[in-house]
This record gives sequence, C-alpha cells and structure tokens, in this order.
Amino acid sequence: MTSDFQIVLPEVIIAVCAMATLMFGVTTGKDKTASLLVWMTSGLFVLMAVWIGAGGDGARSAFGGMFIDDPFARFAKVTILLSAAAVLAMGRDYMQRRDLLRFEYPVLVALAVVGMMLMVSAGDLMTLYMGLELQSLALYVIAALRRDSVKSTEAGLKYFMLGALSSGMLLYGASLVYGFAGTTLFSGILSTLSGEVPLGLLFGLVFVLSGLAFKISAAPFHMWTPDVYEGAPTPVTAFLATAPKVAAMALFGRVVHDAFGAIPGDWGQVVAALAVASMFLGAVAAIGQRDIKRLMAYSSISHMGFALMGLASGTAGGVQAMLIYMAIYVTMNIGTFAFILSMEKDGRPVTSIDSLNMYSRREPLRALALLVLMFSLAGVPPTVGFFGKLYVLKAAVEGGMAWLAVLGVVASVIGAFYYLRIVFYMYFGKDGDRLDGPMPAVQWVLLVGSAAVMLIGIVNLFGIEATAAVAAQTLVR
Amino acid sequence: MATVGLEHYLTVAGALFVIGIFGIFLNRKNVIVILMSIELMLLAVNINFVAFSSFLGDLVGQVFTMFVLTVAAAEAAIGLAILVCFFRNRGTIDVEDVNVMKG
Repeated sequence: MTSDFQIVLPEVIIAVCAMATLMFGVTTGKDKTASLLVWMTSGLFVLMAVWIGAGGDGARSAFGGMFIDDPFARFAKVTILLSAAAVLAMGRDYMQRRDLLRFEYPVLVALAVVGMMLMVSAGDLMTLYMGLELQSLALYVIAALRRDSVKSTEAGLKYFMLGALSSGMLLYGASLVYGFAGTTLFSGILSTLSGEVPLGLLFGLVFVLSGLAFKISAAPFHMWTPDVYEGAPTPVTAFLATAPKVAAMALFGRVVHDAFGAIPGDWGQVVAALAVASMFLGAVAAIGQRDIKRLMAYSSISHMGFALMGLASGTAGGVQAMLIYMAIYVTMNIGTFAFILSMEKDGRPVTSIDSLNMYSRREPLRALALLVLMFSLAGVPPTVGFFGKLYVLKAAVEGGMAWLAVLGVVASVIGAFYYLRIVFYMYFGKDGDRLDGPMPAVQWVLLVGSAAVMLIGIVNLFGIEATAAVAAQTLVR
Repeated sequence: MATVGLEHYLTVAGALFVIGIFGIFLNRKNVIVILMSIELMLLAVNINFVAFSSFLGDLVGQVFTMFVLTVAAAEAAIGLAILVCFFRNRGTIDVEDVNVMKG
C-alpha cells in the first residue's frame, strides 16, 4: 500500500529543492552561484524525469482522488521535465553574458515546473487551480526578469494582466461547475453527468475552457503571446514556448475527458472552433512578421490549433495524437530556440529574420539543422513534424470531423510559407548583415540533436507512439 | 418579505464579475484600476463559492474560497511588483503607455 505522500514525492522533492536553493542563494554569494544552481536544477529535472519515466505503471491516486498519477500524467511530466532541463541548460550562457543570470531564475523555473506537474496530475478543481496559479505566478515574474528593460517589464505586465483575467474566468467557471455538480472532484463531476445536463454546468464548462485556452494561447485568446514572446528575454521565451504549453494542453485533455468525458458533443464543437481559429490565425498573422520571436509566437498559436484538433475528436486516438504532437512540438521548439539564442551580431542579440541572409555560406551545418527544423515545423513529409500532423489529421477524420482535417491541411499549407521563407533567406537571400556570434556547445548539441531527431525519428518515433497510446487509454474510458 | 435565496447571491456575484471584466477592457486610464478589477472578479467568484457551499451544505466551496483568497493576495503582490519595475523604466502607469510592442 503506497501512501499519499509517496505518490506526490517527485513534486515534493522539487519543491523542497527549490526552497533550499532559494535559501542557499540568499545566504551565500548571491548571483555568483547562479550558474551552478542552473546546472543543479537542470540535473534534478533529468533525474526526476528518469525516475517518473521508469517508476511503475498503472494509475494511482492520492488525497481522496485530488491528485492522480497515471500513465497520462507521467507522459506529460517526463516531457515537461526534460524540456525544462534542456531550456535551462541552453539559456545559461546567454543569460550569463548579458548579466541576467540571477539565482532566482532556476528557483522560479523549478517552482513553475512543480505547478505544471500538479496541473497534469489534477483530479480536482482545487488542484487544477493551485497548480495553474503556481505555474503562472512564477512565469509572470520570469517574463519580467530583465528589470531594467522596458520591453521585458512590459511583457511581464501584459502577461500578468491577461493571465489574471484568464484565471478569473477559469475560477468563475469552476464555481459554476461546483455549484451545479455539487462537487469539485473530476470523478464526481463525471458521475453527475447523466440525462439532462444543467445549463449552469455548461456555462461553467465554457468558462473553464476559455480560461484554459488563454493558457495554451489558442485563438481568440492569443493576444498576449506575440508581445510576451518578443519582450521576455530569449531563454524565458524558449521556456514559455515549451513546458507550460505541454502542461496546459495536458490539463485541457484531462478536464474534458476526466470531468466532462460523458458529454463529448458539448465540448467537441468548442474545441474544434478553437482549433480552426488558432490554426488559421497562427498561419496568416505570421506572414507579416520580421521578428523571429514574434514569428515563433504565431507558430506556437498555430501548433496549439493542431494539437487541439486531436482533442476535438474526443477519442482515445485523438488524445494519443495530441500527446505525440506535443512531444514533437517541444523537441522542434527546443532546437529552434537553441538557434535563436545564438543569433547575435557584435555581441548584441538579434531577432530580425533579415539577419539570416546567406547564413548557409557561413555556417553550413547550423543552417542545415535549422532547415530541417523549419521543414519539420511546416510539416514537410520526410520529417517527424509531418507525422505529428498526420496523427492529428487521422484522429480528426476517425472522430467524424473530416471538415476539420481539411481545414487543417489548408492552414498548414498557408503556414508553410513563412517557415520556408526563413529557409529561402538562409540559402538564396541577398548578402547583407551577418550574424557573427559564437555558439556554445550546449546550444549546438541541442540544435543539431533536435534536427537529427526530426530525421531519425521517422523510423519509429522513438517508440513514443505506444507510450502515448497507453497514456491515452487511461484518460478515455 | 421575500427571503434572500441562492439566485440573489448569484446575481450579485455575476454583476460584480461583469463589472470586473468591463473594468479591464473599458478602462483607458490606469493600470492600478486593472488590478482592482481583477480583485473584483476574484471576490465575485468567492461569493459564488460561499453561496453554493451554504446552499449545498457542503464545506468544499468554503475551502476553495480560502485558497482563492490566498492566491489573490500573492497575485496582487506580484502584479504590483511588476508594475513598480515598469514604472521605473517608463515613468508612467497609464494603460495607453503600455505600448512599446504592438501585437
């Protein structure tokens, strides 16, 4: 018999380590130890990922069902931990050279990760809310990490205002769900959904879903994304684009299936509408962007649309497709952001895509790696990104939403334009300003490694297909 | 004399919540007003929770309210901290001046 405490042990360990790190940072040499703390936190994440990934199978729940540890949660947790570890490691050098590396950074990232782990394990509206807020509050602060920059503080302020608004909507929805279902437990809500569903409960569902849509930056709740991505320091942007997206997406899946799995017709249409809006907005609005960080923001909006397409079908295959898509998305983004972190000229970070002109002549290998990543982001066939899209399209067709799949293909073709434009600049652009920064080993390894994964993965997707299938089976009953 | 029932509480909470949302979107003056609007939204939710809790005879809603209150305090602290940093850089807290980046 495992006790409740043993089930939440990974989260407890990371939280305790974060607080110990905080005490250590405050009492010792302050920012001089920050570099070491970043490596230690990153190492801790990898350790926990291995532990969670290797540890037992089957579903366990703690605290009367408020905390669920099942294959679905474990899949999301491993993805979150590994991506957070990679982002911490690759951003260290960038932050150190720009005098941004404060000891608070790894502490806040660790606390955000604890929040995300709680989110994906939530079995109750209270756990959901506390996890979400722990994550969001830490993220607001790190978005404004560069305290002396107008852009960074403005990004933090915008993120805070819209994030707080979305939390308010989510909470209002949670209060309605509680009132009309009489319980906050997901399993309890599911058991009340028989026969006529009260209107208040549907209202609550819509409010909760729109609150969550803010967090995954699905259109029409995406307004904060481009500004926050542009203003936040690049390592923070890389973090925002990876782990929190996986956590919020997994939470979305958990809420619609664990709590509202009995009425897929009611939320399926809402999710499908969000998916279509996100895919098209992400594809069309990115065309005019010249800033690569804003471009990645629209790219992430579009990708969230595709992941939602998997969920919209409401089947186990859809959840599996969503999980595979998110894992692929995170890998691609880590590689791309490793490259963006290395973009600099005369020691200053550059984010304009014009600076990539004829990059292939200077650094053929890095240009080739970025080419593979861009093809993969666009979903061009011989890359893993294509198979990610194929899975969600297949799920949509099997779920009886062929129209959604058709729209997805159209959006993906429109979106391919701006990814391919970057490739065009690198290989056929006119000679102009050139990037001249060095690339630290960690970033190089992650860039080339991620590109290699995009090519080698087409053999068997590294076996995540079967793992994701098991994970999806526990969620959709 | 009509008794005060659940629907009255829900109406008040709904009205406060809507005022909060409008306060965020229609307010063109000051970021502090936005912070107040956010607080108003969260308090509307608390009224909802407590009303449902009392109506259902179930304590969970009141426990949830405690959590919401705590988080709201932390949220206000972080919001004000970010606002102070922003003011130091920009010298103003007008909503119209939060516009270095256009999205």
